[in-house]
Amino acid sequence: MVRLSDLPEWERDYLSSLPCPTFDSDPWVDGPPLAERRIAIISTAGLQRRGDRPFMEGTADFRVIPGNVATGDMVMSHISVNFDRTGFQQDLNVVFPLDRLNELADEGVIGSVADFHYSFMGATDPRDMEPTVRHLAGLLKDDAVDAVLLVPV
Amino acid sequence: MATAQIALVREHTEQIRPPRALWVPFSLGRPLGVPNDTAFQRRVLISVLDLFAAESGPVLVDFPDDAPGDPAGASEEEMEGMACPVPMAPTPEEDDDDRAAALTREITRLGPWYDLTVDKRGRTTVGISGLEMEDAARYVAAILDDPMSDSPRDDLSRGEALKLACEDLRAYYLEAVTAQPGHTSIAEREDWFWNETHAGKAFWALKPICQASDDPMMQAMGNYLLVPRSQLGGVGANPEYDT
Repeated sequence: MVRLSDLPEWERDYLSSLPCPTFDSDPWVDGPPLAERRIAIISTAGLQRRGDRPFMEGTADFRVIPGNVATGDMVMSHISVNFDRTGFQQDLNVVFPLDRLNELADEGVIGSVADFHYSFMGATDPRDMEPTVRHLAGLLKDDAVDAVLLVPV
Repeated sequence: MATAQIALVREHTEQIRPPRALWVPFSLGRPLGVPNDTAFQRRVLISVLDLFAAESGPVLVDFPDDAPGDPAGASEEEMEGMACPVPMAPTPEEDDDDRAAALTREITRLGPWYDLTVDKRGRTTVGISGLEMEDAARYVAAILDDPMSDSPRDDLSRGEALKLACEDLRAYYLEAVTAQPGHTSIAEREDWFWNETHAGKAFWALKPICQASDDPMMQAMGNYLLVPRSQLGGVGANPEYDT
């Protein structure tokens, strides 16, 4: 985002005070070259297909976004009112770069794009998401995904 | 599973130490930087995907450029072209006596601009409530008159329906206003909505009503899920997680 030093004091103090998880180790997974990787997107923007269950406060599960989703079917039910939505309204790719990823696959820059992508709603405590994320990791492996692009909002 | 991520708050990423992260100096809500700028989005995307080639981590790399023309930083000169799509000062008969009627008239006046946006983009992000805009407005007005008004949807609580109705109304207004010629900043659009529209006035009036409600979602709306921190000057922030 814009640099914390550029923000009003109240916003800087708020963001600085948000709790962040820490870990005892630095997990690392290798893989093939980028041109051979199969990539899925996981967003925390509260994205969903029109008609899916909206995200609500505390929602810790995810919504499935098929790789062939129509742009017009994508809406956002993130509960926060504290980020800009007009970029997303103009262009899904500014939040969820599926078209850009498909272009890179067509050009051979990446191996392929996953059949399914996923969205969480990032205002939920990440500790509540952990069981769902472990389940999701299995789904990604079933889709032969070996690289995940994590996109915040 | 190998991961690489875009990071919007560098200080958080430094603490969490994910395996591969690209920090970007863009506005919250725009992790790829600029809508409808394929070349710029591609640069950001390739920069983060290149992190998969790293041999060890954690890796935290800074994207070198600000988003070109990021409306968050638009100058006064750039904003001169902004035209207001609806009369800013409400006419006397549109004052708060009949909020539902005032909201409905405002929605009708914005309709042509909203339609232009939908035609241009071929899509709309309005629709999570499942309500027509006029029905969403009537529900907001009903809650203002009687906080115990029934939810318009059988499958949603009173507060859940109110939250989604408010989100749809805000999306409708912002999609409409961006159809106007001129270059409006994110902050300008927000200020217009919250301070110069009947919908904004209605949302401000909802805040204390929601705070006093027994409905958990309405309480959350009253405290931090209705009016943005930018409008409150930092008051009312969620003490836990937000964006």
